[in-house]
Amino acid sequence: MEKILEVNDLQIDFDTFAGSVKAIRNVNFHLNKGETLAIVGESGSGKSVTVRSIMGLLANNAKVASGSIDFKGRDILKLSNREIEKIRGNDISMIFQDPMTSLDPTMPIGKQVAEPLLIHGNVSKKKAMARAEEVLELVGITNAKNRMKDYPHQFSGGQRQRIVIAIAIVNYPEILIADEPTTALDVTIQAQIIDLMKELQNKIETSIIFITHDLGVVAGIADRVAVMYAGKIIEYGSVDEIFYNPQHPYTWGLLNSMPTLDTDSDRLYAIPGTPPNLLNPPRGDAFAPRNPYAMQIDYQAMPPFFKVSDTHYAATWLLHPDAPKTEPPVAIRKRQEEFRRLVAEGKITQPENDEGGVKDDAE
Amino acid sequence: MRKYIFKRIMYMILTLFIIATATFFLMKLMPGSPYANQAKMTAEQRAIMDAQYGLNKPVYQQYFIYLIGIVQGNFGTSFQFNNQPVSFLISSRIGPSMQIGAQAIVLGTVLGILLGALAAIRKNTWVDTLATFFAILGRSIPNFVFAVLLQFYLAFKLKIFPIALWDEGFRSSILPTIALSMAPLATTARFMRTEMVDVLNSDYIELARAKGNTPWQTVAKHALRNSLIPVITIIGPMAVDLMVGSMVVENIFSIPGIGDQFVKSITTNDYPTIMGLTLLYSFMLVVVILIVDILYGFIDPRIRLSGNEGSN
Repeated sequence: MEKILEVNDLQIDFDTFAGSVKAIRNVNFHLNKGETLAIVGESGSGKSVTVRSIMGLLANNAKVASGSIDFKGRDILKLSNREIEKIRGNDISMIFQDPMTSLDPTMPIGKQVAEPLLIHGNVSKKKAMARAEEVLELVGITNAKNRMKDYPHQFSGGQRQRIVIAIAIVNYPEILIADEPTTALDVTIQAQIIDLMKELQNKIETSIIFITHDLGVVAGIADRVAVMYAGKIIEYGSVDEIFYNPQHPYTWGLLNSMPTLDTDSDRLYAIPGTPPNLLNPPRGDAFAPRNPYAMQIDYQAMPPFFKVSDTHYAATWLLHPDAPKTEPPVAIRKRQEEFRRLVAEGKITQPENDEGGVKDDAE
Repeated sequence: MRKYIFKRIMYMILTLFIIATATFFLMKLMPGSPYANQAKMTAEQRAIMDAQYGLNKPVYQQYFIYLIGIVQGNFGTSFQFNNQPVSFLISSRIGPSMQIGAQAIVLGTVLGILLGALAAIRKNTWVDTLATFFAILGRSIPNFVFAVLLQFYLAFKLKIFPIALWDEGFRSSILPTIALSMAPLATTARFMRTEMVDVLNSDYIELARAKGNTPWQTVAKHALRNSLIPVITIIGPMAVDLMVGSMVVENIFSIPGIGDQFVKSITTNDYPTIMGLTLLYSFMLVVVILIVDILYGFIDPRIRLSGNEGSN
């Protein structure tokens, strides 16, 4: 598989009055052509900051301390503003979280959808409008022809998100970044938007980075999943591997806090505690204080990535050969049994062991 | 839209009627009389004068006579100012006031919007600090101080502009216009900065950037228009204020405007002139408010007024 984007050792700090917040701490990942990569994590884990750095849309007080983002042989982090503006909305575009506030309230939607075309392509206004209409039709705005001159407030939330998607795909971007595109929508609309994105991915052959904190959404759309915690990726693998054979206790916690059909308890599980303050990131595994399985070493040294399969890596000391054997929570064991059964039945094919796997090993 | 405007005009008439009534009775409560040499007048002389001006009738009758007059377009004759008809008094002096006012409001708001936008874009830099400094200066220094300073330096010392009077057409209007535009400039700049900072933090601006717009394109295409919506609200009343005239500035530049007359008419109990000018002021205010409301619709589609919302 061809890699289209590669993030290496990315480290981003935010200057605040209280000091330097280490928001992104040595993040590595890559995106294959045509795949959907989900980045999962709770609020403040650094998901949005990571993708905003890919767009070159970091806040003014953000500082890239180290790392590179390779896209088409160029390091995005080293590009001038002019150069990155050429990529933005053209090769890489973004779908935002809240459709109610993402559209300019004073501009007709046709014009808003046509805007990226007029910025990047040498097209006439007429052609751009015709194309905008086509794309609006494609994302499921019925009667797009007559609605081009309508304003955002004349559309429902779901329709507005479709328009936001239309804006993002109008230039056939190679990478589509979706920053929690379904969070602000109700569940039925969520499902429609997810279906639409899958359909569009096939039609325009784009790669998607999908950011969410909703694992249910991930299962529906992602090929691969990266789990982030406190500014680091702590586990990544194919969607089946993360859902059925998770290794990091944080991933266990995430999966356990998602109700399933056979959850018998009335109470939903919640991970105790709060994420660490990234002004002074912990020396060891940032999750250790909230982790019932934490060992001494978790407080002292940062766990490297341990290989689970060619595509599946997790940064937890539990995978160290010398670690005592631990039993994951019951629900996770059930998932793992299911995983073994599915693999045995051939329903989950372990991804082929090509080089498209992973390069970032234990440091 | 037409129905809306008709309704608004009906309300305007009602508003003006209430203002006319209130002013009339308040005016009657003012102490003193319109006669300058009251002390020397005999009772007979007073009675004759009162009869001539219709002041001997009961107040309610005077009120109705006055109302009927207004409807017929007759605002009465001034007690002072050589017994000229009020309508003539106003129309002969409103011109310069309107011109200076209109020029000042255009200059002030345009520059204010630009200054405020610039301050917001360069938030927390020296540009912002400088803009804020000038805005506070413009807001807190009275316009007659600017008037005198401009007059002294640009007219008296450098002799670029006429010192005073209203005899060189547009050139005569430049200095008073600048002096009068300071306050609206400062107010608009402060308002614009606040709005623009808010708008620049909004999601659709981030989306505009994500489309590949440069920062300046983003401002021009998306931020300016959205920031203008609340700014328009304050422009309305400011405009009326200026157009009706700033007495002191008119005085400094010896401009035959209306501001000066308004004050004189009040101090001399010149009832018809007070009423006429109050009504004029109120009329302009309600008209400007209507214009602002209609302008809103053009700038912000969400409040486009009409019943054709359901066309989709």
